[in-house]
Amino acid sequence: MTEPIPKAPERRPRRRPDVAEPEGPPRATAYVCEAVSCLSAQAHDVLVGLGERAIEAGMTDVAVKRVGCLGLCASGPLVQVRETGELFSHVTPDDLDGVVKALSSVSAGPERAPEAPFFARQVRVATENSGRVDPESLEDYVANGGYDALRQVLTTMTPAEVREEITKSGLRGRGGAGYPTGLKWNTVAKAEGSPKYVICNADEGDPGAFMDRSVLESDPHRVLEGMAIAAYAVGASSGYVYCRAEYPLAVTRLRKAIREAARGGYLGAAVAETEFSFEVDVRLGAGAFVCGEETALIASIHGGRGTPTPRPPYPAVSGLWNNPTLINNVETFANVTPILRNGGDWFSAIGTPTSAGTKVFALAGRVVNTGLIEVPMGTTLREIVYDIGGGIVDGREFKAVQTGGPSGGCIPAEFLDMQVDYESLIGVGSFMGSGGMIVMDDTSCMVDVAKYFMDFCREESCGKCVPCRVGTTQLHMLLDSITRGEATMDELAQMERLAGMVQRTSLCGLGQGAPNPIFSTLRYFRHEYESHIVDRVCPAGVCKITPSAVPA
Amino acid sequence: MPVARAKPAAPTDDKRWRIVETRMRRLGNRPDALIEALHSAQEAFGYIDDDALRYVGASLSVPPSKVFGVATFYHYFTLKPQGEHTCVVCTGTACYINGAADLLGAIDSSFRVKPRETTSDGKLSLLTARCLGVCSLAPAVIIDGEVEGRANPTEIVGRLERL
Repeated sequence: MTEPIPKAPERRPRRRPDVAEPEGPPRATAYVCEAVSCLSAQAHDVLVGLGERAIEAGMTDVAVKRVGCLGLCASGPLVQVRETGELFSHVTPDDLDGVVKALSSVSAGPERAPEAPFFARQVRVATENSGRVDPESLEDYVANGGYDALRQVLTTMTPAEVREEITKSGLRGRGGAGYPTGLKWNTVAKAEGSPKYVICNADEGDPGAFMDRSVLESDPHRVLEGMAIAAYAVGASSGYVYCRAEYPLAVTRLRKAIREAARGGYLGAAVAETEFSFEVDVRLGAGAFVCGEETALIASIHGGRGTPTPRPPYPAVSGLWNNPTLINNVETFANVTPILRNGGDWFSAIGTPTSAGTKVFALAGRVVNTGLIEVPMGTTLREIVYDIGGGIVDGREFKAVQTGGPSGGCIPAEFLDMQVDYESLIGVGSFMGSGGMIVMDDTSCMVDVAKYFMDFCREESCGKCVPCRVGTTQLHMLLDSITRGEATMDELAQMERLAGMVQRTSLCGLGQGAPNPIFSTLRYFRHEYESHIVDRVCPAGVCKITPSAVPA
Repeated sequence: MPVARAKPAAPTDDKRWRIVETRMRRLGNRPDALIEALHSAQEAFGYIDDDALRYVGASLSVPPSKVFGVATFYHYFTLKPQGEHTCVVCTGTACYINGAADLLGAIDSSFRVKPRETTSDGKLSLLTARCLGVCSLAPAVIIDGEVEGRANPTEIVGRLERL
């Protein structure tokens, strides 16, 4: 024997490759955000690197844990030390010294939230597990009280009692329109026809909105639990999650959650050892904004083009396969579990008298702290933009905040102290929408903003009804000519008339809402339209009005 | 009354058809599996060609007119092969506010390609997305599946040139 047999490389103690897990209860835990925003900034390498560094440093009592969205997406990748609430932002896989040092000196204790105003001003209900629970682990969800509410509901409450509790909570649909959830559940429960269905609307089409994506990526079991409770309350035995194909991570985590929940006995036949059974399947959207409208969504699940049908009949009476169908938004379902756990009165005490609870907003645009926030209804816009959002980028001047997506409106600075709830937003010509909140500063031209949304609606119009199909195209052409400095005041008046017609006569919410950005910008920023037409100047310097366009 | 039909054969013996076939079978080969079947065909082949449309339609008993109608209604489906590399520019509101139009302009002037087109050498397909949901990183671009946040035109053109 001349050569020694090469020795196998020393094996590291076997751990889950992506998560460091100590044997006993950990002294310290590092939460590493693995939602899309942070993942696209190498968060997974941070997670793996941190686990390796912890092992190298001999810290066997430290856990490194994958969690869902920590909220402050602008500063990702994010790592939070559970015991101190210390938050590390812009962490890179090569620079983990700070986090490792912090972990080494932490002593065991209860969880603490970060102290920055971005976090302190928030109230987490729908997203309470985001950033705390591993979204890919059923055990972790259950260890944090998951599926307790479902079990309790199935064993101690009648369906009518569940609906009563939801009605008492004052919960309203979080998809935008704000229809009382309890009322909807009662309608489905009382409707004749069987089997009944439950659909979770996760076709979050509003540009600039990512609440549902974040909830699904961060806490998919929460949504499934809410759906199962809803199914029990209305008497359904199967359901679908209709999710955008543009959210691959959310779809992957959701599918995994469904598989694990079925294996764990929380979905499928005999849920939690009771007679109740509930099957869930995922259906992918395919990039049609109109499919967020409930009748179009049903047409899409039927495998057809997503064109809406006139209501009534409402899906609650005749929906999927012409049977009674409950359709709620992701965030609505995410609120169900805490309501059943803490009671309807607890929920209705949060927020304002007409808009109970909290609302998740996706804060984006020209604001410093972009990300996902959850605040009680009735929080003022100023608190959201300045206290939580940290003000405008580069210290520029606030101009407007856009809510409600393409059916919403722009709210100017004079309403910064307005409380945000369903009614007040409608009062200023906007709309709650699904929760996108886009902050604009003086670099945005409001005519161009209206044109942007009209372009969106024009492209997304399904083409079924004439007012929407033709009207949005004509409105876009008129807006385009204004931004090129070629329009007259007569055309502005014509545009207003046409916008009113489209609003009154379109079949579904897409067309009815499409003129809203025009109305709201005209209401508060008419002078900008007039500058384009009369002075042929774009005040924000966005629109390229060239001298050659001057009519001879 | 359902009539027993011969199971349509896959257009070629490419193994990827098995993925599509399995997906359809799991959903009971029912007409409402159409969108799911088109998704799996696009995932397997990158785009949906006429053969795929016919095969899916025949398997699910959906007439070709309806299959084509559905495949063209939804923006997510593409009936043309993509270039070697793809670049998706998000045009959601947050990206629009933060300059997505400048990105598209810069890419067009460097590569002579407009959204939903492929360069003449077949190297680069340019696409736009309504909203990728990474609004915090606006403006966002996805190059070959990797998200580039806070994209600026010079950097993105540079990255595309190096592909």
